[in-house]
Amino acid sequence: MTTAVNPETVTASAAGLRARAAEVFEKLGWPTTRVEEWRYTNLAPLQKIDWRTDDAPERIDSPATMIGRAALELIFVNGRLVDRNGDLQVRVAEEAGIADWERNAMVALNTANMQDGARIEIPAGTVVDGFIHLLFIGQGDAIWSHPRNVIVAGSNSQVAVVETYVGSGSYFTNAVTEIVARDGAVVDHYKLECESTSAYHVANIYIQQERASSVTSRSIAIGGALARTETNVALAGEGASISLDGLFAGTGAQHLDNRTVIDHIAPRCESLELYKGVLDQQARGVFDGRIIVRPNAQKTVSRQENRNLLLSETAVVDSKPTLEIHNDDVKCNHGSTIGQLDREALFYLQSRGIDEEEARNLLVFAFAGEIVDRMKLEPVREQIRRALFQVLPDRMPERRGSSR
Amino acid sequence: MLEIKDLHAGIDGKEILRGLTLSIQPGEVHAIMGPNGSGKSTLANVLAGRPKYEVTSGSVLFEGKDLLALPAEERAREGVFLAMQYPVEIPGVNNIYFLKAALNAVKKHRGEEELDAMEFLQLAREKMKLVELDEAFMNRGVNEGFSGGEKKRNEIFQMAVLDPKLAVLDETDSGLDIDALRVVATGVNELRSEKHSVLVITHYQRLLRYLVPDHVHVLAGGRIVKSGGKELAEELEQKGYDWIDQEAAVAAR
Repeated sequence: MTTAVNPETVTASAAGLRARAAEVFEKLGWPTTRVEEWRYTNLAPLQKIDWRTDDAPERIDSPATMIGRAALELIFVNGRLVDRNGDLQVRVAEEAGIADWERNAMVALNTANMQDGARIEIPAGTVVDGFIHLLFIGQGDAIWSHPRNVIVAGSNSQVAVVETYVGSGSYFTNAVTEIVARDGAVVDHYKLECESTSAYHVANIYIQQERASSVTSRSIAIGGALARTETNVALAGEGASISLDGLFAGTGAQHLDNRTVIDHIAPRCESLELYKGVLDQQARGVFDGRIIVRPNAQKTVSRQENRNLLLSETAVVDSKPTLEIHNDDVKCNHGSTIGQLDREALFYLQSRGIDEEEARNLLVFAFAGEIVDRMKLEPVREQIRRALFQVLPDRMPERRGSSR
Repeated sequence: MLEIKDLHAGIDGKEILRGLTLSIQPGEVHAIMGPNGSGKSTLANVLAGRPKYEVTSGSVLFEGKDLLALPAEERAREGVFLAMQYPVEIPGVNNIYFLKAALNAVKKHRGEEELDAMEFLQLAREKMKLVELDEAFMNRGVNEGFSGGEKKRNEIFQMAVLDPKLAVLDETDSGLDIDALRVVATGVNELRSEKHSVLVITHYQRLLRYLVPDHVHVLAGGRIVKSGGKELAEELEQKGYDWIDQEAAVAAR
């Protein structure tokens, strides 16, 4: 690594930007369900709360830490950096300028109230050993935080970044992460939303991809009373590829909303998307996946799939895959399924002596496991299995099939 | 070991078994043959406890216990095994993990010590050889991507590992080539002992050449209409089921 500077400093020159963003938010207001992008998710309960920022949070120990395993770990409490572990030295990233604060109200709200976040630039040609962990801990009631992360992967560089959101209390995290993958960069991105079950979570991820870059982004939504993650991918350079996976697993009265927009701007780009939902009790899940293929984006390959498993009579999922194709030299397909546990499979397992509860667990973990198994980082897989174990059925099998 | 008395059962309100009575002693191999729709698979599914199937009257005692009162997993733990006609694919559930969990559930129920991973693997390897299944299959999802013959061999493999007291084979031979058929027979013959019983349900006599039954029963119209020794199977092969149907029609009057 080259220059050794603190990566975690928020650019202070943002004062003017903050003021303008505040004006935009004032004008746009909180999103309502009358807006198409927010049709399934109602933020009205959040508006009734008199949110305040926590300006001097203390460091909290969290079981979600990956100290010792991550090359660099930044720990934030209520939006403020409180600790930094690891030897990895990185450059401070410039503003990425790709988060759309002029149109997206929640991004405007974040920009107006921007707190700390990771500002990391990987120099061209640098391969980061291991991974960078950004741990966001929410703590307390009626406290909101607005983390802002910028990750810039220089040409032909390689980096893995994990964002983890955990906490306790009924706080509100409103995060924005901007990721730029320059020519030929390889980025492995994870977002693990494991917030407190009484917390609110809104995250906007913007991924900008230049020529022949390759990004994988895996989003896990397990926590939160209400959690919404919007991922915007711009395939702006020829031959870029994105693999976008998601797993949302809710129980109780949780509301887990996933919106993705993949914009094929340049030719010969590829997008592969698989989102899976598992919903129990009265939980509600949303998958709203939009794929746009611009007139210039010839030879686009795009595959999108959303599969959902409902474990109770009262669980609900809304699945809305949309394809907008503006040229005729493309290979696109998308699909969506909603189903229950396979009764035949359940009986098969029971007929061999496995009790019903364990048989159900095996099948649920097999369904969710497809997403987990595709993750490259073992510490992340472990973390997710542990988190799934807490929300989903009572027991977790030691091992599932790895055939996929 | 198994005492079925005047069993009436069916599915979706339709009665398929109409007074079936059958007694199997320890160590015996029984074959039940019969035309399509005679109730063969219904019998297999009722014994294994598949939901949807309703028993309207009659009784099934397994080692003196009321089998019908037990959920499917407890029947399995008591030692009843059903090799299914259409084994289901379960992607993502690892074959080896699943079978170890099943075996240990059975062992726990019997008050035996559970096997650790190494012990289990050793046992599984031995039984895999018996049914000529490649080890690579074991690390895949249950039946995932298996051919028809591989699925049937996997059923026999599971049977060999679980070591049931009563194995019920529901048309395990259908659609199998001669090599696979021989493998199935080898697996079953290996299980045979004075303590183990087998109920082979089949449409054809083919399997019975390799797996010589002690008793052969003909099922027609939901009840056993004729019983005999292994020569009955050959007679059926030569004459078909028509003469049985006629006899059954006469008997039903």
